[in-house]
Amino acid sequence: MDINYTAEERAFRDEVRTFLNEKLPKDISSKVKEHKRLGKEDTIRWQKILNEQGWLALHWPKEYGGTGWSPIQKHIFEEECAEAGAPTVLPFGVNMVAPVIIKFGTQEQKDYYLPRILRSDDWWCQGYSEPGAGSDLAGLKTRAVRDGDHYIVNGQKTWTTLGQHANMIFCLVRTDPDAKKQEGISFLLIDMEKSEGITVRPLITLDGEHEVNEVFFDDVKVPVENLVGEENKGWTCAKYLLTFERTGIAGVGSSKAALAHLKQVAREQQVNGKPLIEEPHFRSRLADVEMELMSLEMTNLRTVAAAEAGGVPGAESSFLKIMGTELRQEITDLFRRAAGPHALPFLPEQLAGDFDGETVGPEFAGSVASRYFNFRKLSIFGGSNEIQKNIISKMILGL
Amino acid sequence: MDFKFSDEQRMLEETVGRLVRDSYTFDARNKALESEHGFSTDTWTQFAELGLLGVPFSEEAGGFNGGGPELMVVAEGFGRGLVVEPYLATVVLSGVLIDKLGNDAQKEQYLPAIIGGETRFALANYETKGRYDHRFVETSAKKDGDGYVINGEKAVVLHGDSADQLVVIARTGGSGNDKDGLSAFIVDAGADGVSRRGYPTIDGLHAADITFKDVKVGADALLGDEGKALDALEATLDLALITLCAEASGAMEVACDQTLDYIKERQQFGVPIGKFQALQHRMVEMRMELEKVRSITMLAACSLDVEPQLRKKRISAAKAQVGKSGRKVAEEAIQLFGGMGMMEETPVSHYAKRIVMIDHWLGDREYHLGVLEDLIDVDDHAA
Repeated sequence: MDINYTAEERAFRDEVRTFLNEKLPKDISSKVKEHKRLGKEDTIRWQKILNEQGWLALHWPKEYGGTGWSPIQKHIFEEECAEAGAPTVLPFGVNMVAPVIIKFGTQEQKDYYLPRILRSDDWWCQGYSEPGAGSDLAGLKTRAVRDGDHYIVNGQKTWTTLGQHANMIFCLVRTDPDAKKQEGISFLLIDMEKSEGITVRPLITLDGEHEVNEVFFDDVKVPVENLVGEENKGWTCAKYLLTFERTGIAGVGSSKAALAHLKQVAREQQVNGKPLIEEPHFRSRLADVEMELMSLEMTNLRTVAAAEAGGVPGAESSFLKIMGTELRQEITDLFRRAAGPHALPFLPEQLAGDFDGETVGPEFAGSVASRYFNFRKLSIFGGSNEIQKNIISKMILGL
Repeated sequence: MDFKFSDEQRMLEETVGRLVRDSYTFDARNKALESEHGFSTDTWTQFAELGLLGVPFSEEAGGFNGGGPELMVVAEGFGRGLVVEPYLATVVLSGVLIDKLGNDAQKEQYLPAIIGGETRFALANYETKGRYDHRFVETSAKKDGDGYVINGEKAVVLHGDSADQLVVIARTGGSGNDKDGLSAFIVDAGADGVSRRGYPTIDGLHAADITFKDVKVGADALLGDEGKALDALEATLDLALITLCAEASGAMEVACDQTLDYIKERQQFGVPIGKFQALQHRMVEMRMELEKVRSITMLAACSLDVEPQLRKKRISAAKAQVGKSGRKVAEEAIQLFGGMGMMEETPVSHYAKRIVMIDHWLGDREYHLGVLEDLIDVDDHAA
């Protein structure tokens, strides 16, 4: 038993560090580190840099232009990216629709979509949730009716993350209303630019941000060649994604970076003329978070090592999702406390990437309360933490 | 990075596993608890025969040359069986300290007797006023001719009631919790001036409060250099903490397994109670806490060779996590068992007691979080 990286793994980490040091644009990483808003262009610029290096499609097989990396290499890469302040790669194309196309798509679909995803030609979004289908995703009602060479799609999707930038959406739609609910669903790719009848409306979240949208489909014509896999087998695609490479779900790298930043802030902020980090109650909570992070990191590494040995991380990643999101939320709570009364002023314009005016209160404080509220989403999306517990309960505990 | 056990580690795991499964039944353990010192000398002899008492010692001394991972493997197995024999007291707390501090003659005198199961030891270090602080020692050892005279009181000495020999931490200099001035002595438990009040502890072990009144020892009783025992003591306590965390991990695993089995069997409202989501989610949380403890115990066990501050940080983090997660697992196990969880006849209640009370040995959650707080500026990168 040896928890340390091997010489080769360390050499790989050094290679990643050198790359990040040389190629990650400082204007982008400083926005990430200062929790400023990232624009579409920032994400695309970074994705293009990664693609030039051949490091964008982390989880794809080599033959399609992926890295072909082992689970440990992927883990090292994700962790280094998070610590360096690299923006998150937009997951919907490269990490979600692409694996489904690779697994279930036709040759034509692979030839057309995969290179476009690598080049960031398309901005993908996800059409899963509906007003009546959240945790009970299979209850979705958006209807697709075959009409010659097309499907006619009608219905509504919601919580569509960054759909305002998107030109493509992958959707779960109901193609057989009479079948059992999981058995009448199909996986459809829809061009949002070229199709008539699609309306995207912003949903403003409690922190004042526009991250999510609702998308309406009104007699939208979709060519049948945009069906991935067989008709009525879309649930198989959706389930495949759930078990697909989720060792990064714990977010250890970003929690580590956040904790280091939090400590820095706590050294600078004062309570009664003394550094906040010396205030016993705050310090104790910091220590507790650090302890939990050490446990999480090792749990994550154990899962990665099991994947390296050929295991498929299935329901185990549900543990990582719960532990990881609880910890990230706890850290945002401590940031809010670290700001004290200066967590109160709410000036969203300060979060713009190009804001160069004078901030109210310490600079870090401007984003803490917004982020705290924004991060409540972590335990809700991607399968709420309660759904994760249901999965563990069924798949691991056999209850 | 590789989490697989080596062949030797797997062999140890199998040896302990077989022993616990085959002969360490709940009834056999209960019988051992009723004996004078609360454990079975036959089992102790069996440990010796299987080589378990030599795990942390060098091959020259007749040991297994094991480190953190090996002790972890053994202690997890002990935790699964709620083993009550004085392994931690004799082998780890005392034996390892003798191995670290003793000269060749002392090692030859004591280590083979420990490994062979002939002599049992206890480490008398903590005092009432110092609580969990191993540096706070008022017990004094004053020079007296070639030897020393020891005076003082030690509190809740693990297996101090049955030990043949004691390793006593006493001040030969300094005061309060000074770093310098701590010395370690071997004292015969039957020596003049040593009086012991032994008692059982609520988690199935035994301990003693021990008073030393003008206890005379020779120069050959001193382990290592006078006043310089602290580093070795801390390294020994770290190994003991790893052992204790691993024991907690093994016990928590069984508590989780037994609870899971119970909620699958127990019927109410016409269905197994494990069908209820309120209980399913609590069971999942128990398992999640177990995974945390398993993980951080591995981290601690693999950290003996990192620089001392980081080693301390990781080991204290592990013990603090055991305190936090262990309490949750133990309380939830009792809750999910309902009234049966309250019963002495239900094995899980014994697991719950041991898991909760491990927090009171070698520093509790608050104590070790305090260590973490002191080391908050030491950065960690696990792999």
